[in-house]
Amino acid sequence: MKVWASRILEAVLTLWLLATLCFFLLRSAPGGPFDNEKTAPPEVQAALNEQYRLDQPLLSQYTAWLGDVLRGDLGPSFQYTDYRVTELIASSFPVTLINGSAALLLSLLIGVPLGIWAAMRSGSTLDRALMFTAGLGLSIPKFVIAPILILIFAVTLKWLPAGGWNNDWQSALLPIISLSLPNLAYCARLTRASLLEVLSADYLRAAKGRGFSGARLLFRHALKPALLPVVAWLSPALINVVSGSAVVEQVFGIPGIGRYFVQGALNRDYTLVLGVVLCIGTAIVIINALVDTLRVRMDPRLRDS
Amino acid sequence: MRTALLFSFLLICMPAKAQTLERGNGPEPSTLDAHKCPEVACGNILRDLYEGLVAKDGKGNLIPGMAERWDVSSDGRTWTFHLRKELKWSNGEPLTADDIVRSFQRAFTPMTASPLAEHFEALVNAAEIMRGEKPPSSLGVTSPDRQTVVIRLKRSAALLQLLTLPTAYPVYLPGVEKFSAQHTRPGNLVSNGAYRLKSWTPQSFVMLERNPLFREQAGIPNVRYHVTEDASSELKRFESGGLHITETLPPQPLAALKKKFGSQLRISPYLGSFWLGFNLTQPPLKNNRALREALSLAVDRDKLTRYITGFGEQPAYALVPPGTADYSPVALKWSKLSQAQREDLARKKLHEAGVDKNNPLEIELRYNTSTPHRRLSLAVAAMWRDTLGIKVRLRNEEWKVFVNNRKQKTITQVFRGGWIADVNDARNFLSNFQSGNVVNWSGLDSPHYDNLMTQADQAGDTVQRSKLMQQAEIRLLSEHAVIPVYFYVSKHLVSSNVKGFDANLLDHHPSRFLRLEEAKQ
Repeated sequence: MKVWASRILEAVLTLWLLATLCFFLLRSAPGGPFDNEKTAPPEVQAALNEQYRLDQPLLSQYTAWLGDVLRGDLGPSFQYTDYRVTELIASSFPVTLINGSAALLLSLLIGVPLGIWAAMRSGSTLDRALMFTAGLGLSIPKFVIAPILILIFAVTLKWLPAGGWNNDWQSALLPIISLSLPNLAYCARLTRASLLEVLSADYLRAAKGRGFSGARLLFRHALKPALLPVVAWLSPALINVVSGSAVVEQVFGIPGIGRYFVQGALNRDYTLVLGVVLCIGTAIVIINALVDTLRVRMDPRLRDS
Repeated sequence: MRTALLFSFLLICMPAKAQTLERGNGPEPSTLDAHKCPEVACGNILRDLYEGLVAKDGKGNLIPGMAERWDVSSDGRTWTFHLRKELKWSNGEPLTADDIVRSFQRAFTPMTASPLAEHFEALVNAAEIMRGEKPPSSLGVTSPDRQTVVIRLKRSAALLQLLTLPTAYPVYLPGVEKFSAQHTRPGNLVSNGAYRLKSWTPQSFVMLERNPLFREQAGIPNVRYHVTEDASSELKRFESGGLHITETLPPQPLAALKKKFGSQLRISPYLGSFWLGFNLTQPPLKNNRALREALSLAVDRDKLTRYITGFGEQPAYALVPPGTADYSPVALKWSKLSQAQREDLARKKLHEAGVDKNNPLEIELRYNTSTPHRRLSLAVAAMWRDTLGIKVRLRNEEWKVFVNNRKQKTITQVFRGGWIADVNDARNFLSNFQSGNVVNWSGLDSPHYDNLMTQADQAGDTVQRSKLMQQAEIRLLSEHAVIPVYFYVSKHLVSSNVKGFDANLLDHHPSRFLRLEEAKQ
């Protein structure tokens, strides 16, 4: 209980620091939300500044914003003026989270068995071919993978839409595959390396010597410790697919949160950027906590520490 | 098996799909509040949702809108609009002249902060209301009865063109009062156009459906405006059949596009002008007309439009694009010379400006970060170097930093400029160079120019107004405050199933003038 209380306190402090740093960094960037090609006349500018509290000193803007955040309101968006930031995040974050989780699940479902398979045939041509392909999958960036997938499955075969979001599996499939490919490759390599290491451990060699073999050796004794690094990797991987979703979302036209990160910063949409930072920050804290809990459950060595 | 299933699913979806026009629309619209819309993306959607007193057809011609006819007083300052009978809001309530007047009053209230309201400064008291000096009720838009709207002007203006802007659309005020910023949401938004708002998923699409209460039923039942921020992705969505119309095209060789898309490729003149601006408030360009002219002469517009922009843009020797309503184009006096002759003249002018081997010049060209701008800037720098022996520093900046620096006029020398017209009126381009205008990035301060523009504003008729604006433009060109480079083109891919998509200078294509034919199997 005490551990959790201190963790929560630590998380709140981290988020506050993050938000504060972001607030002042954003404000120090040159140009403002209303600087555009067609600049508004001074009167309109003044009215806008008043509406968005930009006419107040920076420190009082900060305290007012923080007060709003504590009340659960992330303020109005500067760019998308019909929406509150809370609404924009509420509609976009689930899309990113679901796509990201699906991509990660796909990576696990395919990557782990592939890694096991390769490890069991370590050194064979198949193993080398698999790992070479995985290396390729890792090194090709998403902004290359996504258009290639579109070209094959949407433009040429016309099986799936080339973009757009209809809340159905068709429009989600290609983005999920694009997001999962690098993760899948990494997951396969990680599983293989970890399993090979475990298999060469003394206790497993002893088990082998006592006549355990094949599936029993693998599933009962080797797999659980071999998967520990994969579980530890889940946290940065999920964070990566959530915060790094901007490219895939842009290419496929998906209404996720990643695009707000980029657009918000370019448009100097202060409230939107801060909202997204807070949202993703919170998600990271929660994901880390969940993965840590899972690791502790799987690894008795961690329980004492 | 899976392929077969997928295929049958697509077949089931097809009849419904043919009923919806899928339009690429660029970035997410910033708002659907007609009075607050600053950009193309919201303008496109609002033109389907609303109708002003006057409207435009698919070819860009003015046609009656809410008003079935109008009269103008002999001095051109008082316009009387006679409304159609039985105008209705999309919720069935009657739309009266009083609704229109109150909507206009809201548009000019400082709190509304309408980005295009300044175009309407010619309306009696509009400027004073925007500055908060007079109450909105003093606006020169009145309704003597339920069927008539009277608009009074304090100077000449292209009023009918202005009335097609979103700022002049009637916004349903009870909705604004009840829902405030959320009055634009599906279910809350009440409009008066051929379509009404059905759904809106931010960053994905805005779906419209036919407004059954509009006097003429639109041919296409549903229109979906897709957010298509990335032009390459948009192109692929068109190729895969997901879009009927694209908002733009990614930079690609024109010949290849023509070969691939044939008559589906639509490129036509657009009311926009691209130029490079000079900062006239700082050395070395301040008080140095000869240098400015030399730099302008050395730019080979033909080469730039042929090899750099490459979409059939027209080389520009003036600011106001050809085809602008009630306006005859003017041009720089050496526009008829060959490029070789211009370059000779450029060297002479440079010498006149006092630049030579003993007194070399290094100049900076600033642009906002983007591949097309970088390519063009590199080419211009090469032209200046080769023709004039000038060293050019290229400097790119992120958009917000760039627009801020350009506005400040302290560190800029030569900068990327350009203007896309909101209304089909030469004043839209020329007023930007009046001293005191916030978008006078060059800092031109010419009493002669200002005087001509003021006289044009006071002109009694269109011909006189146009003549004075021409004189002003000639003055502006002879000052060499800018280097006109090219006139923009609009570029779209339009599916062969879409009929009635006509080229027009403002690139406005209201969905009610389009037809969608069943896809050929």
